[in-house]
Amino acid sequence: MVLMSYAEAAVRAVAHEMQASHEVVVMGEDVGRGGIFGQYKGLLERFGAQRVIDTPISEAAILGAGVGMALAGLRPVVEMRVVDFALCGMDEIVNQAAKNRFMFGGQGRVPMLVRMPIGIWDASAAQHTQSFESWFAHLPGVVVVCPATPQDNYSLLRAALACGDPVVYMEHKTLWGQTGEVDETQVAVLGRAQTLRPGRHLTLVSWSKQVQVCAQACEQLAAEGIDVELIDLRTIWPWDREAVLASCARTGHLLVVHEAVQAAGFGAEIAATAAEAVGCKVARLGAPRIPVGYAPILEAQSRITAQQVVQAATALRARP
Amino acid sequence: MPSIAQKDALAALYLCMARIRAFENAAEILSQGGVSAYNKTADGSAKVRGPLHLSTGQEGVAAGVCAHLTPRDYLTSTHRGHGHTLAKGADLSRMMCELYGKATGFNGGKGGSMHIADFSVGMLGANGVVAAGLPIAVGAAHAQKLQGRSDITVCFFGDGAINRGPFLEALNWAQVHQLPVLFVCEDNRWSATTASGPMIAGDGASARALSLGIPALKVDGNDVRAVHAAAATLVGEVRAGGGPRLLHAITYRVKGHVSVDPAAYRDPAELQEALKTDPVARTRADYLGLPGATAAELDAIDQAAEVEVAAALAAAGAAPWPEASAAFTDIQDTGAGQWY
Repeated sequence: MVLMSYAEAAVRAVAHEMQASHEVVVMGEDVGRGGIFGQYKGLLERFGAQRVIDTPISEAAILGAGVGMALAGLRPVVEMRVVDFALCGMDEIVNQAAKNRFMFGGQGRVPMLVRMPIGIWDASAAQHTQSFESWFAHLPGVVVVCPATPQDNYSLLRAALACGDPVVYMEHKTLWGQTGEVDETQVAVLGRAQTLRPGRHLTLVSWSKQVQVCAQACEQLAAEGIDVELIDLRTIWPWDREAVLASCARTGHLLVVHEAVQAAGFGAEIAATAAEAVGCKVARLGAPRIPVGYAPILEAQSRITAQQVVQAATALRARP
Repeated sequence: MPSIAQKDALAALYLCMARIRAFENAAEILSQGGVSAYNKTADGSAKVRGPLHLSTGQEGVAAGVCAHLTPRDYLTSTHRGHGHTLAKGADLSRMMCELYGKATGFNGGKGGSMHIADFSVGMLGANGVVAAGLPIAVGAAHAQKLQGRSDITVCFFGDGAINRGPFLEALNWAQVHQLPVLFVCEDNRWSATTASGPMIAGDGASARALSLGIPALKVDGNDVRAVHAAAATLVGEVRAGGGPRLLHAITYRVKGHVSVDPAAYRDPAELQEALKTDPVARTRADYLGLPGATAAELDAIDQAAEVEVAAALAAAGAAPWPEASAAFTDIQDTGAGQWY
């Protein structure tokens, strides 16, 4: 176990795969200088400019070139800086990366990992703060991953690089500096959730940074006598319905919390599935459907607080 | 070039073009009624369904360029890609099977006309999105360079594509990284149902390439010998490690945007004028001008192409449909089976 940051964990996971296989290359804006969040620090020095490729600000070309590299036998790690910029290359993700294997009848595969950090980043206003995991969950052909801890950023990144499918990998922009113990022998299983605390009264499902907010809420709820089972979903697609539904069957109550806009968010999918399969009481908590504002008081309207989670959980428990 | 070698080379180009023409003619007939568009309604009886984009009249570009490629070279193509695919060496019968949507097609019936690919000959796929092939080609060429391979990538695209961002992004990338890629703008002068000219500022593909420092040649795309010669120069330079090149081939889209489009928006005189430069007819005339050349030689090529296409139609007609379960394969391994 080594103490490292969420960003360092990512660097070490990518370095491990680059060391293991010459097929793995990294490309994107600023990656040669370590990436804007330090998530590629030292890779240029270690692996050289041939494999740590600085690119123009050309998101469509970065993603499209990633598809071409993958079809030609490489396994590119592609950086988008923030998910908001990946929108400039949506054709390359949606129509190309996600479709090529199928529409060519299995002749080619696109083992490309696209890193597109999500989440509210202080005072970054409307175009650098979004969480679009549900957009990509809607897209057949891709895996969607949202790591919440340094350990998971290491273990999930390793698994994602090895899986052979196109992966939309969504780190959270305010987790980069967070530190934790990382066991580098652990490679996660994609699609497997992690139960962070057991509980009897209510199942709370979340992912990415919002897991921390939910953990705080669990403490408060415990003080009020509500024993919450907290599940970090980790992989948005495929999602661990087995773990979630088993928990829901035990607790009879499901609350899903995410930073993304609540309307048509992935919480709706989980809640609907649980209601259909288990018949439990369900509730969702996400951001209002408003752009993220700049001024602190405006930005705060898009944040989900522990207090809101407590209220939502309490209301769900009280629902007849 | 000695005359015998010249004659053989032109006959080979003619053969390539004749096969494409025969394929397109057959596909055109079989696709009538295959899609509801242009005030026509699909009745379900067509053998070739959906939008079919014919390359009739553009055969000279595909033949002249692909003559310089090996199966190890990569190719990306467009929605109007039948000619490129055949010229790259893909099997004609399996292509027709794919147009029929049969299990024996290149893509097992999952792609159809717009997504035909044959990775075994380096054909990395036609594409239903204008300009989408350019960045993919650049990535394939980047991989070739990183892997130290001597092969190159050729990227076909239309004149409409040069107004999309990925055109600029891909050309810039290729030049910045000095990649082994030949961009070929197949300028058929129509962007779907809109004439391209009024939509393009400046002098088009070659001018835009030159503005980035990418050497470019402009050529009469209906003169297969001119295309062949220009491509020889450019492919040679790309193979030699000279970085990207662009070939701007002027041709003409003889048919409508799709096969059921009568192109009623077009001045009939424009079409009549263009037909005078038909590349197949021109190549025939050029060939007959060579010492010792006979029409019988070309007639035999035409006839062989017709026979090959007839056999392909029979094979495609008799081939099985894909199993319904194929709709659930080749999607992703992680989470396979989790469809809801």
